[in-house]
Amino acid sequence: MKILVCINNVPDTTTKIKFVNNTAFDSNGVQWIINPWDELALTRAIEIKEAQPSEIENITVINVGLAEAEATIRKALAIGADNGIRINYDAKDSFAVAYQLAEYIKKENYDIILCGIESSDYNGANVGGMLSEILEFPSVSSISHLDIKEGKLILKREIDGGQETLSTQLPFVGIVQKGITKEPKIPSMRGIMTARTKQLLVIEAASCESLTDFIEFELPKPKAACKKIDPENVRELVQLLHNEAKVI
Amino acid sequence: MSVLIYTENWDGKFKKLSFELVSYAKEVAKKLNTTVTALSIGNVEETELKKLSIYGANKIITVTNANLSGLNNQAYTSVIAEITVKENASVIAFAHNNTGKAIAPRLSVKLKAGLVTAVVATPITTEPFVIAKKVFTSKAYAKVSIKSSIKILTLLQNAYGLNESPEAFNLETFEPILNESMLKTTVLDVNKISGKILLTDADIVVSGGRGMKGPENWGPIEELASLLGAGTACSRPVSDEGWRSHDEHTGQTGKIIAPTLYIACGISGAIQHLGGVSSSKCIVAINKDPDAPIFEAADYGIVGDVLKVLPDMITAVKELKALS
Amino acid sequence: MDFKFTEEQEMIQQAAKDFAERELLADVIERDDNAIFPKEHIKKLAELGFLGMMTDPKYDGGGMDTVSYVLAMEEISKIDASVSVVMSVCNSLVNWGLETYGNEAQKEKYLKPLARGEKIGAFLLSEPEAGSDATSQRTTAEDKGDYYLLNGTKNWITNANSASTYLVIAQTYPEKKHKGINAFIVEKDSPGITLGPHENKMGMRSSDTHSVMFNDVKVSKENRIGEDGFGFTFAMKTLDGGRIGIASQALGIASGAFERALKYSRERKAFGTEIFNHQSVAFKLSDMAVKIENARNLCLKAAWLKDQHLPYGTASAMAKQYCADVAMEITTEAVQIHGGYGYVKEYHVERLMREAKLTQIYEGTSEVQKIIISRSLLK
Repeated sequence: MKILVCINNVPDTTTKIKFVNNTAFDSNGVQWIINPWDELALTRAIEIKEAQPSEIENITVINVGLAEAEATIRKALAIGADNGIRINYDAKDSFAVAYQLAEYIKKENYDIILCGIESSDYNGANVGGMLSEILEFPSVSSISHLDIKEGKLILKREIDGGQETLSTQLPFVGIVQKGITKEPKIPSMRGIMTARTKQLLVIEAASCESLTDFIEFELPKPKAACKKIDPENVRELVQLLHNEAKVI
Repeated sequence: MSVLIYTENWDGKFKKLSFELVSYAKEVAKKLNTTVTALSIGNVEETELKKLSIYGANKIITVTNANLSGLNNQAYTSVIAEITVKENASVIAFAHNNTGKAIAPRLSVKLKAGLVTAVVATPITTEPFVIAKKVFTSKAYAKVSIKSSIKILTLLQNAYGLNESPEAFNLETFEPILNESMLKTTVLDVNKISGKILLTDADIVVSGGRGMKGPENWGPIEELASLLGAGTACSRPVSDEGWRSHDEHTGQTGKIIAPTLYIACGISGAIQHLGGVSSSKCIVAINKDPDAPIFEAADYGIVGDVLKVLPDMITAVKELKALS
Repeated sequence: MDFKFTEEQEMIQQAAKDFAERELLADVIERDDNAIFPKEHIKKLAELGFLGMMTDPKYDGGGMDTVSYVLAMEEISKIDASVSVVMSVCNSLVNWGLETYGNEAQKEKYLKPLARGEKIGAFLLSEPEAGSDATSQRTTAEDKGDYYLLNGTKNWITNANSASTYLVIAQTYPEKKHKGINAFIVEKDSPGITLGPHENKMGMRSSDTHSVMFNDVKVSKENRIGEDGFGFTFAMKTLDGGRIGIASQALGIASGAFERALKYSRERKAFGTEIFNHQSVAFKLSDMAVKIENARNLCLKAAWLKDQHLPYGTASAMAKQYCADVAMEITTEAVQIHGGYGYVKEYHVERLMREAKLTQIYEGTSEVQKIIISRSLLK
């Protein structure tokens, strides 16, 4: 089987968020990482390949972005992807990302396409679903367990209050969430050393239009100061929650 | 023209978030001078469906088809698209939960309709259609305009609240066209945890962090939660340590929740944790460290030993319940 | 001049940081309290290739440069110097010594499993009456024709219990003084080797330090490193590089304490404001930042010289002495900034202070470094 993992290049999750003129994210001094959910998807794919090399022919990572995303793609190669692809495009919305990915995937024959459930920057939770619809592939969202046994896919997805076990025809788009693996894989020395020897193909983008526009950003209004209550007078807290905040 | 919403049911019952979605859609419809159509898939009794009209649904369409008994993203997308055309819907809204996240993006492509997920309010303007959503895991908001004629939204839980606006009960059944090519996934087995309040449903959440010292001290958290009808949650180190199960982990990479009241017990409030709870309406923090970042996010705080404060809080809540 | 790190170097730094925060932080205080060797942690570190990171890939190592090694050592040492000392001994003493001076058969048999991280090494030089003064070795290696017979005691041996491969320095021809010293590869489970009790140390408590006694231990001739009498040069050359490891360990201890102090100073309030806003604290942090910058630059300079195959003995001595002394100063100040909280274990800085002390002592005390540096001034 061939696996494609779609990865997004996002600011480190501890980044202090700032905007330029409230119209664009201020990337000055920002450290970039693989979107944490995408990293989990990649980690799981590699775990399966390491456990059952005969089942997985190849793991490719793909990113839609500009040249600065290449460090992140090489990190994915260091973690254990076999080759990387960057579609050279500055996407304005999720649809544009999904469209570019689909244009590439149509020409290839991947069995499993994995995406993280959302991205920690614009919190769209869109790309996987959109991609599957453009390709007319089945999609399974909120996947928290993925494995391959004797050539068959084993899938579980989170539903409210439980889990469902599913089967799917291939190719399919798997949209993964936390639980798929314990933690993202730390690249080994060998992995880091060989990352540069792996292929990173840059392909030109197809022309496409976005369906939405980000027009303005704003930071949340500063919260009113926390009202401190004496630890010896917890009753007061409960009274405030009841009478003032009216939440209990 | 109309506003179409997908109202999800759980074993034939709607949840608060379904009614919140109707309430929300009603206000969007008012801005657009139109009506609300609620779509329900699966077996739901009429008495339950009727509740949707209390919150403002002008029409309720119910679809019961054996092929739709489990969530099949492709098939659901096709059905909702069919109804969108039939109802001439210009706005389609979902809850921003697992189901909404699974279907809305597919529908967006199918209808060539712009999608904005995790919206926090009704549109700021309708011409052009501009709406606010959270970005950077609630560390910022963005105003996004949708350029297409059909607009799709997913509403962040507890972002709007409930609002009754009774309409006449107008029920319609619909038989969708489904073909084999849409049925490529099959649900083999369902495993549900019963008897526990779901974190994402809970109006109140009591959450414990490393300051709880160990899993053996969770008794008071559970007692307080059961007194308040609350769900229980934990911070990442707690689930990583195996003190509590991973499905209780709230934070940027765990569950993102927005309850009315979030009580953080012995949680220092790392930025990743706050990312998952900062949309809560009211945050209470109990921590012995007066400089813990959780107090920056909290509305009410107690600086003290959580293991001493919690039993007092339980007593105080019991007193309150006894009075009311 | 180029102060920019390569993408690989940055990746290694991040990998080490992630590893330390994810795998080491959670139980570091407990391990220190109870002097528990980080066996599982070292196993994971080895699987990632950190124990043989500088060894040539043809001997199953990572093939990374010394600059990468400094960056990784700093990150691991910020959290747990008891783990980074294992890394330092394996990388810059045992593996480097074998790779540089061992023959092909020795590399095949001993270096490869070490570089893969499957085995751990130890470097046995110090004796009860001879610290870093390698000239006065009392451990003897008597030439018995086709084997050597080792007798004597080695002290303060890091990894003594967890290592499988020892590099032992011993005297074959006492009359030739340092020119009669040899270096040997000795398997730890050889008959005649016994270990003293685990040393109950002030800091780096979870590192496994013992004395090692040799009682008629037979070592085959093919396990001697280099020519007959090469042992002293071997030890000195190896220690030149070893100092870079300990220097970067000290740097990590210092920067770990600094980061904690800085964070604390921005959270803790006194007299109505964060203590960072008090000049007495801000200036302390400013001084600490300058010293750390100096310390890091000295480490990286020594590493760079080594990577360029230029002489680095003096540079590594300067780095070791300065970093160790600065680590002691900075950790002490970090405890001071934390006040009472700094004196209790939860806040880590008291442990870092105890760890810092050792960096001024082992692999050549600060005074020994000054001997090396001052002698180089006369050349």
